[in-house]
Amino acid sequence: MRFRLRRRDGALRGLVRRPISERVTERPAQVAGVYLRGSLQLRHVDVGSCNGCEVEIASAFAPHYDAAQYGIRLVASPRHADGLLVTGVVTHNMEGPLRQTLAALAEPSVVVACGDCAVNGGIFSDAHAVVGTLSDYVTPDVTIVGCPPHPRDIVAALRSLGGR
Amino acid sequence: MTTTLWSWTTSLLQVVIVGVGSLILIGFMAKVKARAEGRVGSPVTQPLRDVRKLLRKERLHAHHSSLVLPFAPMIITATAVVAVWISPLVGTHPVMVSGADIFVIVYLLLTGSVAAALAGLDAATAFGGMGSSRAMTIGALAEPALLVGVIALAIQSGSSNLAVIVASTLHNSDHAFGPVHLFALGALVIVVIAETGRIPVDNPATHLELTMVHEAMILEYAGPELALVTLGEAMRLGLLFSLVANLFFPWGVATSSSAAALALGVAALVAKLLVLALVVALIEVRSAKLRLFRLPELLAGAFALSVLAIVMGLVTR
Amino acid sequence: MVWYLLALAFGAAAALAGVVLPRHGRVAVSMALGASSCALALVASVQELVCGVAWTVHVTQLLPFSGVTLSLDPLAALFVALTAMVGLAACVYFLGYAHGPTASRSGVSVFMLFVLALLVVPAAANVMGFLFAWELMALSSLVLILSEQATRPRARSAALWYAAMTQAGAVSIVLGLLLVASSAPGQDFAQLAAGAAHLSAAQRSLAFALTLVGFASKAGAVPLHVWLPKAHPEAPSPVSALMSSSMVTMGVYGILRVGEGLLHGGNLWWWVAVAALGVLSAVYGSLHATTARDFKRLLAYSTIDVMGLVLTGVGAAGVLYDTGQREDARLALMASLLLLVAHAAFKGSLFLVAGSVERATGTRNLDRLGGLVHTMPTTTCLVVIGAAAIMALPTLSGFSSEWLLLQGLLHGFADSSTPAVIVMLLGVVALALTGGLGAVAFVKVVGIGFLGQARSEGAATAVEVSRWMRLAAGLLAVPSVVLGLAPGLVVNTLSRAASAALGVGAASPVARGTGLLLSHLSGDIAPLELLVAVVAVLAALLGANRALVQRRARRVAAWGCGREEQTPRMQYTATSFAEPLQRVFSDVLRPQTDVEVTHAVESRYFQESVTYSQHIADVVEVRSYRPLISLVMRLGEGARRLHNGSIHRYLAFGFVALLVVVVVLS
Repeated sequence: MRFRLRRRDGALRGLVRRPISERVTERPAQVAGVYLRGSLQLRHVDVGSCNGCEVEIASAFAPHYDAAQYGIRLVASPRHADGLLVTGVVTHNMEGPLRQTLAALAEPSVVVACGDCAVNGGIFSDAHAVVGTLSDYVTPDVTIVGCPPHPRDIVAALRSLGGR
Repeated sequence: MTTTLWSWTTSLLQVVIVGVGSLILIGFMAKVKARAEGRVGSPVTQPLRDVRKLLRKERLHAHHSSLVLPFAPMIITATAVVAVWISPLVGTHPVMVSGADIFVIVYLLLTGSVAAALAGLDAATAFGGMGSSRAMTIGALAEPALLVGVIALAIQSGSSNLAVIVASTLHNSDHAFGPVHLFALGALVIVVIAETGRIPVDNPATHLELTMVHEAMILEYAGPELALVTLGEAMRLGLLFSLVANLFFPWGVATSSSAAALALGVAALVAKLLVLALVVALIEVRSAKLRLFRLPELLAGAFALSVLAIVMGLVTR
Repeated sequence: MVWYLLALAFGAAAALAGVVLPRHGRVAVSMALGASSCALALVASVQELVCGVAWTVHVTQLLPFSGVTLSLDPLAALFVALTAMVGLAACVYFLGYAHGPTASRSGVSVFMLFVLALLVVPAAANVMGFLFAWELMALSSLVLILSEQATRPRARSAALWYAAMTQAGAVSIVLGLLLVASSAPGQDFAQLAAGAAHLSAAQRSLAFALTLVGFASKAGAVPLHVWLPKAHPEAPSPVSALMSSSMVTMGVYGILRVGEGLLHGGNLWWWVAVAALGVLSAVYGSLHATTARDFKRLLAYSTIDVMGLVLTGVGAAGVLYDTGQREDARLALMASLLLLVAHAAFKGSLFLVAGSVERATGTRNLDRLGGLVHTMPTTTCLVVIGAAAIMALPTLSGFSSEWLLLQGLLHGFADSSTPAVIVMLLGVVALALTGGLGAVAFVKVVGIGFLGQARSEGAATAVEVSRWMRLAAGLLAVPSVVLGLAPGLVVNTLSRAASAALGVGAASPVARGTGLLLSHLSGDIAPLELLVAVVAVLAALLGANRALVQRRARRVAAWGCGREEQTPRMQYTATSFAEPLQRVFSDVLRPQTDVEVTHAVESRYFQESVTYSQHIADVVEVRSYRPLISLVMRLGEGARRLHNGSIHRYLAFGFVALLVVVVVLS
């Protein structure tokens, strides 16, 4: 499906492929090398997405792409997790829960922004229930662009964190 | 090898094998499930990596929790370690085998369950309470089946000491394939699945809090405490599997104090654990988690099998 | 013997002090005398248990026409020791607890009379003395239940039920004992035992059945237990502790004394009946304990549960004795006696803790408690020890006694007759069922009552209670630990008591160091070594924790799945904790739920409020006793019509009665 995206900064994004893992800070390397070493557990938080990214994440953990073989797992509690996998633009109702979930993480932790909505607002950036993007609350350590991102991009980005 | 040296070697081997091996066993069961689903799945040593990583993270304690929260994982692990230490898993003469009564093992496991349930209630959250309530309910229904099943074995062997039961099954092959053992095996497999929280009783990999039982009790743990809980729960699983393997299929257990017998005992234990793990993993693949209020039927069935085991023992005496 | 009589003298002095002294020093002096009395009784009974030789003394002045014979043999000494232990703690507790009506003249003196009666009942060795002590025990506890009726609305109804059932039981015991005494030359129990040989088998069975009804009701056997969950919560806490720890054991003492001592074992089926009562009580009591919300009512049902296990053991011992397996019978009886002593210690401790909690927070409702681990840490430690003991966790007294009972039942399976095997099977099943259910009940008590966040104002503002109350509960926690770690120390005295009960000769020792080793039956436990192992592993883990983990733990808000506000109301309550089990066993428990909907005035489509209430009443009471009571009331109403005021009718009644008496007597 071909479509055009209109974003806040005016640039058009079509189907141009972007680099998949843009490391924003130095932390991921340190986290991956020292702490994670082949075991990455993430808590998925949907702060206001259309579920497209969720379907792709599900595919990333499903038999064909199988992120589990690299030691990556989705867990139920942010206390058990090494970080958050955030999808969607930050909506009014999910702002508080997002803060709570960020506060519940055990250090050291990472934040992964998955999908255009989490990175920069995507197609919902000026919708009425939206209060901001993930970057307004925490600087994500890894961003995965795409609307929705391809499962192999998701797996590659997470592998860059987990070190396997 | 002197008797004391043999006992200590046996016990140490058991703790090491069950301690490290049960984590690998869990990884193995996950691998089997993944392969059955058509995936490659996590490597078998993944749980070891998870535990290593968790040890480096920070500890978090909820505001209203007390000393129970940090102590419960230690109690779970300590009771599991002591139970492994005294059970005849590799050889029939570990340290303190004279105190290795099967009721001691069952109640040591109960101590661990109680500690986990109290930890769930200590965090003052709704999920912790829910996990504790469900776990204790399942325990209350599985405990009778477990006790009556092992009593059936004890009646048949004439003693409730584990080493005596294992030795008696080794020496009387008609016991090993008799109706008592068959019924007790059926009951104990169901109970082991219930106590270790596998499908169809509980899904260990669920994300949905309302479907959790054991996971909900440990929702508040982070870092090293979570690692200890994982290790403790894994050792309980390893212990239960090893007990089922050795009480019903004791061939290969070291009965003499020689290095060759010990090596054979280790190999036999590992092989039996892998086979049992394979069987349980395949049961998990083929079934779906039962809703909570269907579990009493399952556990009542296990209890009925246990009672039948005793009755068979009395009838065939 | 001297110690015991001295103890009774001190007890009487304590009661007198309670009446005579002014309020200022009443409680302190009376309790000091009472505690000394219990300590002396403890010394006397331990001396008797260790040396094993029974003594008898006859006191003619205490009662007219017959006097009182006091005799302590090892069995009676065990019960006296049990009572003295709990009595000592209760007296110490009273020092911190007494206030208002409990510290009045009647409150203090009747409390000491109750303790005195409990000390005398096991030692009374003639019919009149036994009945006198029994009635004194019942009446004094009745008065004590009513002592706090100003603050407890249900005390009167509880006292009425208690009075009715205790008196009915007493009548039954009197009839049974009189039947046994009818063929004996005198009143002393020794003479009764000798004369029982002249009774026919039917008379003996009738006597046993009559006394069983009375004693089983006192011991809280289902279906005669209905008074227990009503009376124990309403009494003041030291009284509840004594009632639950020693008064109910007098029922077991009576069964043993009459069944084995007087009637020499008798019929096999008596003991099958005792065991059946025990199994029923154990399962029923543990089910209701699991779903109870009131702390003390839960403990009362737990008492019914443990007494059921004890009765199962006693029944198994009787059956084994009658089928000729003397050694196994003694083992089963030893196990029951150990369970009795262990129960006295941990149940007494738990009741005293319940009293402390009620005093500190103002409520007994577990749904309204919580968070007490921060405000009452000592009390929480004590309740954890008591709960762990009652859940039969290893190295504590509950485990040692349940293990011994299991061994006794297991070895009764070997070459036994069919009734024995059925009793053993039922006993094993009861033990298994109550183990799991009891764990749920006490995890509920500790986890919901003490951990987490306070669920009400009272719990949030609780402060630790006075040191006497904590000391008393701690005194009773010590035997729970000691009996669990070193059961081998007491097992010889227990076997002497069991031998005295069964009339068997000296016992083969079953102790090995501090652990237990059953020599001719292979089974053993070593609790001290087990504890050492567990503590060693815990120490290793703590050390590893210190070494590996550098940072301290950080305090954060609990993870509530992203929910922004976490209130105490969001926690699980005792009702919700037990709800799955209640649903599973709803056919037995029969919970009654009421939903009341208040509609808005303006329109029936809008609801102003919805009230949901759920109540689990005692099924036996609702299905059996209440219909019986309404039947009796209807008969009474019918009888009123006979009183129509006509003198002619009354004269006719008198004439007919006289005729009947003359005809019967001639």
